[in-house]
Amino acid sequence: MATAPRFWRENPSRYNMVGFKCNSCGKFYFPPRIICPLCHRKSVGKTEPVKMKGTGAIFSFTEVHEGMDEHYVQKPYILAMVELDEGAKVTGQVIDCDACDLSIGTRVRSTLRKLSEEGSAGVIHYGYKFVPARENRERSGDE
Amino acid sequence: MIMRRVAVIGVGITEFGELWDSSFRKLGIGAGLLAVSDAGIFADQIEALFVGNMSAGRFIRQEHVAALIADYSGIARDNIPATRVEAAGASGGLALRQGFMAVASGLHDIVVVGGAEKMTDVGDVESSMIQSSAADQEWETELGATFSGLHALMATRHMHDYGTTREQLADVAVKNHRHGALNPKAQFRREINRDVVLRSPMVASPLRVFDCAPSSDGAAAVVLCPLDMAGKFTDSPIEIVGSGQASDSLSLHHRKDICTMGATRAATQRAFKMAGLSQKDVDVAEVHDNFTISEIIAVEDLGFFPKGEGGKATEEGLTSLDGDVAVNTSGGLKARGDPIGATGVAQAVEIVCQLRGKADKRQVKDADVGLTQNVGGTGATAVVHLFRRV
Repeated sequence: MATAPRFWRENPSRYNMVGFKCNSCGKFYFPPRIICPLCHRKSVGKTEPVKMKGTGAIFSFTEVHEGMDEHYVQKPYILAMVELDEGAKVTGQVIDCDACDLSIGTRVRSTLRKLSEEGSAGVIHYGYKFVPARENRERSGDE
Repeated sequence: MIMRRVAVIGVGITEFGELWDSSFRKLGIGAGLLAVSDAGIFADQIEALFVGNMSAGRFIRQEHVAALIADYSGIARDNIPATRVEAAGASGGLALRQGFMAVASGLHDIVVVGGAEKMTDVGDVESSMIQSSAADQEWETELGATFSGLHALMATRHMHDYGTTREQLADVAVKNHRHGALNPKAQFRREINRDVVLRSPMVASPLRVFDCAPSSDGAAAVVLCPLDMAGKFTDSPIEIVGSGQASDSLSLHHRKDICTMGATRAATQRAFKMAGLSQKDVDVAEVHDNFTISEIIAVEDLGFFPKGEGGKATEEGLTSLDGDVAVNTSGGLKARGDPIGATGVAQAVEIVCQLRGKADKRQVKDADVGLTQNVGGTGATAVVHLFRRV
């Protein structure tokens, strides 16, 4: 079993989607990196942590039925790749909706939720998931 | 660059499947013995051993497996160098490349390359979790990604961008089971139809059980030597004429395009350049169909078909035994089985059999040039080799 610090040290990015901006080229990355893959060594000392807005659109998605560790409690669940408005893509679950409500391009926003728990007495891991953005509902309400 | 030409002079492969009575070492030694017998060499002629293995540490709690195989092969008595090679699903192909480089460079003459994995000593969920560790544990798996789920993301997007159909995905599995039925070493030797695939339980939509390669036990091995020595051992040496390796981002979400494996494209280009060949020269190919979508993407990125037309080509039978390029005549990962570290070496064994004209009922007529494509993770590593009858 992984130790608590392994999860704890990533909390700023898992809880608040803190990414990384390279001030050499201006590109945003999530999760944070140590160097910019475009600027290489030139980026050292020119990067800063940046909180992502957490809004974006579904780039691809799937409903996962099998293959996940038991400590992920809900099955099936929706897994998506989301293209954030800053340009970075991230992988995460989409909740509070059914797969049939989603399509490629559906707007989503991030929210802090429970990711998994290590048994009934172990550590609970929290992090970002996504929910359909309100603007989708407004749009469908207009129709 | 001055390189020696390298030939395969012996091949060996165990049965693939859920082999309850076979241990990791029994499988590894079994494949190795078949390969050295095929080459007609003896233990004291082997100068180096490379072993492809993804995760013995988690599957059987045994690390240091190259030393283990050298020991139980009896060659550790001669203190030969034994090296384990790991690149997730591409471990076997990468071990082959290390062996190729060792011979091509002149460092060693006779080298054995093996690949082995013993997956069924852990349960299905544990096995899935170990396979998922080829993806980014911190930023994919921990957020809920499974290995099949990540491939499902590729499938969903490929269907969206190119109109690839659910039926075309099924056709990959149907074809590979048809080929596997002709391979006595295959894990699944039964033909299936589209309905079987489309009615199988959902794993990660749109991928179902029959879109996924199984967990398998098995091992494979090849013996390499300089081409100019090969005549001493065999009448039918098969030359490795091209070897390419490439990397890409570990996470799927960092790729330029999730429907294209940049690593496969780069490795392919490098292998063809080394060989001085082109796609139209290839008669038979073993590609990394760990999921049905993977084969569709592979035949596109290998340059056999334009991007987006892999599904259509499969549906039209262009990748069947009698098609333009016979893909996965062994049954592929889907039907032959996918003991992860063994897979890349098993692909080479199949191509050598084909080019020797010894593939029996699944023989591709007049096969002269063959290709293998082995992938690690969702495409972070790719290894492509080209083989030619001498």
